[in-house]
Amino acid sequence: MDDFFFYFFAGLTLLCGFLVVANPFSRNPVTSAMFLLLSIVSLAGLFVLLHAFFLAAVQILVYAGAVMVLFLFVIMLLDLKEEARRRLQTFAAAAGVLVVTALAAIAILAITQSGLGHGLTPQAEGSTPRLGHLLFENYLLPFEILSVLLLVAMVGVILFSKKELP
Amino acid sequence: MQVTLEHYLVVSAVLFCLGALGVIVRRSLLVIYMSLELMLNAANLALVAFSRYQNTLNGQVMVFFIITVAAAEVAVGLALIVALYRKRQTAHAEDLTTMKL
Repeated sequence: MDDFFFYFFAGLTLLCGFLVVANPFSRNPVTSAMFLLLSIVSLAGLFVLLHAFFLAAVQILVYAGAVMVLFLFVIMLLDLKEEARRRLQTFAAAAGVLVVTALAAIAILAITQSGLGHGLTPQAEGSTPRLGHLLFENYLLPFEILSVLLLVAMVGVILFSKKELP
Repeated sequence: MQVTLEHYLVVSAVLFCLGALGVIVRRSLLVIYMSLELMLNAANLALVAFSRYQNTLNGQVMVFFIITVAAAEVAVGLALIVALYRKRQTAHAEDLTTMKL
């Protein structure tokens, strides 16, 4: 049963990831954003299969909630109708596909040949209490630094969004 | 066939390559940004898979941090794109070839 769900979610993630990048029916950024949303949700499904329940919830809340709203808001703000009219540069696209296919082939070969997962059994349970203990004991300083980073990002965004750049 | 660590890593590698393809091929800054998000998510998947199979939760804490930093990065990046659009009336990589604003 787990296997079926793995292939289902993995296939859905990759299919939607592909449709974000190269949708044959529409070049509209809104369609890309919607497929990115679907891809992120099915990735959260993969996290559940890996018993990372807390991260699956955070993935849905932060990515599917906050980040996608930001994306859609900016798409709405900018007038991007022009995108659909522009032609893709065939040479650049072909070169990109070639390079990326080669990269994928190298990565997959390296992973399958290395025998990384040999003799490893899935054990770790990403329950919220255990993750919280780890986060507030071993990783307390990075956690605090992260909050400062969020503050800096917020101030920066407010500064950028002002009418007149200083 | 039993799902192993390699299965997850292959999915992660393919997802990362799809994101890289988007960054190379597409010309709209917003879609390039979405492809960057795909690449970050691929790294997250690999970290969670490693964490599960190595029986340690450190990888999951790392993913937690990555998600937070990615959210901050998206906010700053989109604000930059909006500021750029206000000055140049375009969000296309092809039109933004000069360093001078």
